[in-house]
This record gives sequence, C-alpha cells and structure tokens, in this order.
Amino acid sequence: MNKLSLIGLLSIMIRRDLVLAMRRRADVVTTLIFFVIVVSLFPLGVGPEVDMLRKMAPGVIWVAALLASMLSLGRLFSADHLDGTLEQMLLVPQSLSVLVLAKILAHWMVSGLPLVIMAPVLGLQFDMTAQAIGVLIIALLLGTPTLSMIGAIGAALTLGLRGGGALVSLLVLPLCIPVLIFGAGAVEAVISGTSVSSHLSLLGALLVMALVFTPWVTALALRISME
Amino acid sequence: MLEISNLACSRGDHLLFSGLNFSLSSGELLQVQGANGSGKTSLLRTLCGFIMPDTGEIRWRGQNIRELGDQFYAEMIYLGHLNAIKDELNALENLRIGAKLAGCKVDDKQVIAALRRLGLRGRETLPVKVLSQGQRRRVALARLLLGNASLWILDEPLTALDVGAVGLMQELISEHLVNNGMVIYTTHQPLEVVGVASRRLALS
Repeated sequence: MNKLSLIGLLSIMIRRDLVLAMRRRADVVTTLIFFVIVVSLFPLGVGPEVDMLRKMAPGVIWVAALLASMLSLGRLFSADHLDGTLEQMLLVPQSLSVLVLAKILAHWMVSGLPLVIMAPVLGLQFDMTAQAIGVLIIALLLGTPTLSMIGAIGAALTLGLRGGGALVSLLVLPLCIPVLIFGAGAVEAVISGTSVSSHLSLLGALLVMALVFTPWVTALALRISME
Repeated sequence: MLEISNLACSRGDHLLFSGLNFSLSSGELLQVQGANGSGKTSLLRTLCGFIMPDTGEIRWRGQNIRELGDQFYAEMIYLGHLNAIKDELNALENLRIGAKLAGCKVDDKQVIAALRRLGLRGRETLPVKVLSQGQRRRVALARLLLGNASLWILDEPLTALDVGAVGLMQELISEHLVNNGMVIYTTHQPLEVVGVASRRLALS
C-alpha cells in the first residue's frame, strides 16, 4: 500500500478543488457579491450618520461574513456527493480526516479569503480608521477559517437532506457565536483604544482547536451520511 | 480471499437479506442476482464498508474489513451507479487524481493507454461534461485498468454501454481473473466471460 505524505495528500486535494472552483467561477463570485451587498445595505437602512456607522462597522462586516460563509457551505460536499466522487473518497486508502481538511482549506481559499481581501474596501465605506481596518483583516484571517471548519461539520451531517441549506444554518450559526464575539470585539477594542491581543489570541486558539478537531468530526459525519 | 458469514442487512425497518454466506477466492467471478429492490446494491455497499451490517462478518484474507480499514481499501475498487468523475475536469485529469489518491504511481502515458483501450481515443482532454453517458461510463471503467486492486466490486457496470463496450468489459474481467483477481458484480444484462464459470448468488 502506498501511503501519501500529509503534504502530498493535502496538495493533491487542494489543487483539485481549486481547479474545480476556477472552472466554475460563478459560485465564487456569488458569495463575494452577497457579502458586499449585505454590508452595503446597512447604511441605506439605518441612515448615513457617520458616528453610528463607524460604531456598527465591525459587527456588520462580521455578521455579513458569517452569513456569506453559511451561503457557500452547501457547495463544500454536495457536488462531490451528487457525482459519486465523495463515495470514492471514503474508499481511498488514505486518511479521510486529511482529505476533509484539504477540502475545507480549498473551500476557505475560494469563499473565505476573497471576503478578507474585500473587507478593507467595505471598512472605508464605514469610515473606519486604517488601524481598525488592519485589525479587522487579522481578525477575519483568523476567524473565517474557523467558520469554514465548524460549518463543514454541519454540511457533512446534512448531506443529501432536503432543505439541508436552512438546516445547516440552524445547526452551525449558534456554534459560530464565539468567533463573532471575539472577531467583532477585536475591532471594537482597537477603536476604543484598549488592547486587541486578548481577542486575537482567543480567535487564534479557536482556530487551532478547530484545526485539530473539526476534520476528524467531519470525517465521522461523512461516514454516517453515506450509510 | 473474501469470506462473508451470516450477513444480514436492513434498510429502515425492511430486512433485505439475512444469513448470507459465501466466499470468493482468486480467479473467481460472482454475479449477484435479484429483482429491483432485493438489496443487490446494499450488499455491495456493505462489502465496501459504507453500510454497517446488522449481523455477520466480512473478512478479507482472514481479517474483518472494519479492522483492516485502509489495507482493505488499497486492494479493492468499487464502481457504483454514479461514475464518480467530475464534469469540469477532463478524462485524463479525473483518472490522474483518482490514481494519485489511491496511492498508485501512474504517468500520463498509462492513463492515455487505459482511455484508448476503452475506446476514448481523441477524447482524453475534453471536459467530461461534453461526453455522452456511455463515454462517461467508459471513463469510469478506465479506473479499473489503472489500479492494482485485486477485488473489483462492480454495481451495474454495463449501464449505458454499447455492444462493443460490453464485449470489452468481458475481456477486461477475464484478464483480471486470469491475473488472480476477483470480481463481484450485478447486472441485468447477460455477461459471458470466456473460460470462467460465473457463480451466482440470488437475493430474493
């Protein structure tokens, strides 16, 4: 039996999923546009008062990022499930957890990373300071992968269910609350002039924890879903 | 060698089969027969470890497949109802990724040779979504030529295939059996493999 190295396996799967995403670019763009539209709707809804907008900005951007990541979760496993490739992944003589981790990372690169890159532009729209935008980017970089990983468990559990999209949000959104609190908290801390390091450390800790446990739990959930 | 003892399987409250015993050794061919809904696919999926049997044991070279895990998966290929190929990738990419994940070292020449053997000359680099159903099935079947798995589990391998491809399939199976392989398959079409007496297992 030929066991692939951890890096070898990760790189094969990530490359595969990125190629697939690039050949179906519309999906990637939809998530990004959704994020931009949701964030841009707030000033229209609550009025153009600069002080209020500045105060709301971190929360609005984080909630929009959370919703955008829910929107893209449906695509994580469903396409592979429908054409049977997921079934074959379960039969591959390699670690399923590592395969799942690779899928989550690739998914984050096409659905989470564009949000992080777009966030500074949206921050300017809310008149955030350069320092606050800097912290926002770091917080999103630490937080959005965690959202993808927690979401993967929900996506795996609801695989093949009718109305799975709504169900996965109900399952996953409550679990994402800590990320939201510390993510938005970090940006609010820098605006109010207190230390951001505690918030960022907690976000980092959540990321490490998710990195260790969620691929394994997701792999178990996939085996249950395929039965 | 694959041994099945006292296997029972149910879906929901419905008992599909129980007390199933059979074994398969090198060079043997087993056809699973039965009406629609008699549990043929469930049996094959149980053999792959997707479904947990209610009772009974599946042993590969004397050891339970649940304990063997990856060691068993390295020695088998499962071809289900779904072709397990990505529409956005071409045939070459699909097979190359599949072989890499299976841990086989194959180069493009071998993949192209396998595709040509299955009558897909000139289709190697077309996106799979422009191929016909039968051609997609042929791409999926080309996987059989690339691995060195000894156990083939084929669920309706002849779906969408034309007469020529059915003949080719018979050829591939008989070659595999000569090389001490084992094949378990289901089909509703007649499949005659030269020189081998196909054993039959009827599910009711």
